Amino acid sequence: MAAEASPFNIHPMDQFVIKPLFGNGDILWYTPTNATLWMGIAVVAVVVLLVLGTRGRAIIPSRSQSIAEEIYSFVRKMTEDIAGKEGLKYFPYIMTLFMFIVLANVLGLIPMSFTTTSHIAVTATMAMAVFVTVTIIGFWKNGMKFLSLFWISSAPLVLRPILAIIEIISYFVRPVSHSIRLAGNMMAGHAVIKVFAGFAGALGIGAVAPIVAIMAVYGLELLVTVIQAYVFTILTVVYLNDALHPAH
Amino acid sequence: MASESTEVAHGAAEAGHAAAEHYVGMPQLNFDWYANQIFWLAVTLVIIYLILSRVALPRIASVLAERHSAIANDLERAEALKQKAVEAEEAYNKALADARAEAGQIVAAAKQDIQKDLDVAISHADAEIAAKTVESEGRIGDIRNSAMQAVEEVALATATAIVRKLMPSIDDKKAVSAAVKARMKGVN
Repeated sequence: MAAEASPFNIHPMDQFVIKPLFGNGDILWYTPTNATLWMGIAVVAVVVLLVLGTRGRAIIPSRSQSIAEEIYSFVRKMTEDIAGKEGLKYFPYIMTLFMFIVLANVLGLIPMSFTTTSHIAVTATMAMAVFVTVTIIGFWKNGMKFLSLFWISSAPLVLRPILAIIEIISYFVRPVSHSIRLAGNMMAGHAVIKVFAGFAGALGIGAVAPIVAIMAVYGLELLVTVIQAYVFTILTVVYLNDALHPAH
Repeated sequence: MASESTEVAHGAAEAGHAAAEHYVGMPQLNFDWYANQIFWLAVTLVIIYLILSRVALPRIASVLAERHSAIANDLERAEALKQKAVEAEEAYNKALADARAEAGQIVAAAKQDIQKDLDVAISHADAEIAAKTVESEGRIGDIRNSAMQAVEEVALATATAIVRKLMPSIDDKKAVSAAVKARMKGVN
């Protein structure tokens, strides 16, 4: 890097490059990559948090067990509050999404790590999975009545076709905003930290301001990672509620 | 880390320049990597789902349910104990009231007994006092009588002496005695 002419050889996007774990070959669909590694670490983190943490099964919980119980109760309560008792059937899926996203996000904040959720490929897959599943559930549970989601009976009759068009467009835009919101937040935060880190490298010893800025942004990012995981999950539950109870 | 990314990244090939040590553009939009990421994401999510649904969630749910029932049991027991405490208090109050009533009866009986004794003693004492009074009055009467007699004698002697000195011609003991007696009656 030192060979480059510009003092600001900052490459904030390099951290998002996918690389194979072994060798330098092409990346085929099954090639283990850095994304594989960090998804695997997320799985390990799930096991540590929710399985090892609760192995005591104590009536009076240990610290790790309290954390697991808190996360469980938090997501479960959110599901029940928004989607009702019928929504609890889908709680394991919601919990799966939440655990993966929150852990991938937070693990991505470890220096030199790779943030799997900063990739549209990942978030869009999850968002599409949610979209397709929720749409199928909607038609399966309610039949053609599911379309009443788009036909707002409380609006004046003249407005209803117009509103229906808007509702349908907004329905199909859901997975786009759902996925880009998460990936965009992750990517932007990490890129900003990397840019400040580049400034710090360029300034050398006197890089107080960039380092302070990195600390500040890092704290903010920690907040954002958890909030975005929460937002993704709560939107999933809201969509699920629309499918279960389409009438406005 | 930077040097590795060169050979790997297809994006680098697309960017395709000498300075392609670094990725140009957004790695997120490199569609060559999509299949790989989606495959591993699916694997990850399935594994997490299996871990959660088979192990973690049932375990946490059972722990929470157990705690819930333990708390409910404890509350129930506390309620029962409280009921017991209330009953015990009632029994205690009843016993206390009974004891009070009994004590009242005993006190009343004792009072009656005492009153009886007292009355006897008082009447006894009254009788004694009355007897003593009568006796005393008799003695006082005696003393007074003897005193009066002494006074009469002294008065008679004095009067006789006076009469003899003033009027030697008249020496009538009887008259003097009568006069003194008459006077003494007024005094008495």
